[in-house]
Amino acid sequence: MPSQSHSEHFPGPIHNPPVIKGEVHKGHGPHAHHPKLQHHFDDMDQQLEASTLGMWVFLVTEIMFFGGLFMAYLMYRWANPTAFQEASAHLDKFWGAVNTIVLIVSSLTMAMAVRSAQTSAKPKTQVMWLVATMFFGTVFLGVKVVEYTDKFTHNLVPGPNFVWTGQYPAGAEIFYSLYFCMTGLHALHMIIGLGMMTVITVMARRGTFDGSYYTPVEVSGLYWHFVDIVWIFLFPLLYLIGAHYGAGH
Amino acid sequence: MSGHIASTRIYYWVFAALIIGTVLTYLAALVDFGAFNNVVMLAIALVKASLVILFFMGVRWSSRLTWVVAASGFVWLLILFGITMSDYLSRGWMVGSLR
Repeated sequence: MPSQSHSEHFPGPIHNPPVIKGEVHKGHGPHAHHPKLQHHFDDMDQQLEASTLGMWVFLVTEIMFFGGLFMAYLMYRWANPTAFQEASAHLDKFWGAVNTIVLIVSSLTMAMAVRSAQTSAKPKTQVMWLVATMFFGTVFLGVKVVEYTDKFTHNLVPGPNFVWTGQYPAGAEIFYSLYFCMTGLHALHMIIGLGMMTVITVMARRGTFDGSYYTPVEVSGLYWHFVDIVWIFLFPLLYLIGAHYGAGH
Repeated sequence: MSGHIASTRIYYWVFAALIIGTVLTYLAALVDFGAFNNVVMLAIALVKASLVILFFMGVRWSSRLTWVVAASGFVWLLILFGITMSDYLSRGWMVGSLR
């Protein structure tokens, strides 16, 4: 009985030969490989698919990570509804809204950065979108610094120096604990995202990405958008629940 | 690679929808609907999050497996919220205790 050929076990690369760009490695089996194809994948499509799926699995753990804090928020808000309204009324809705828009703009520029890599745009164009994304991410953190400074100067940081002149100091302190935990964890994710984007930008500048290989841009884009989604929920839940405090409630 | 390339027009429409959603959330918070304010703001946030997931994150064009994994995160989140709150709600010794 003749031995079966490689292709009958792994039909992928035979029927869908990858688009080859740049240096081609030969002498490894019967097929030419994309230089960025790792050996444990059949082809570039499978590599992208596996990386995307892996990132989503990580993002699911991130959903649960933030989910614990959202659960704490839900429980404590249910226990202290009026105190949360009173405490939230002290946050600046305007800056919260500005930061929401800043993050949405950065998500758009991130999507455009991925697209520019997919369409094999010039490295310069890819770098421009990535730098724009990092710029808006930095603006977001800058606004956060201004807000945190305000909380520190007004003794709104939970702990021995917490001062609340309103009716519900205990509930307000819980609200501000959650405010700092949730926005702090979110800001940490932004900082990590900026670090990732720095690496991706350097890679893009070296001309690493084109239509045949853009997996790192795609995967870091997923992370960036996820951080944006967390803020989409944090903004109304933290900043907007106190607008009518004292208006007949 | 054969990953889906969306048209720039889709990205700009999604962006416009997200900005409109943010403005709507802000304006809705200024109107007093009572407890219904929470429903409005969370509904808008859910729509915005769905737009980001489907289009910016490209799940709309991803494999079924990615759909299932992405959705599973939110299913587990609902289990976390649902079971925890069913416990607290059925006891009635916490509500308004600290106000």
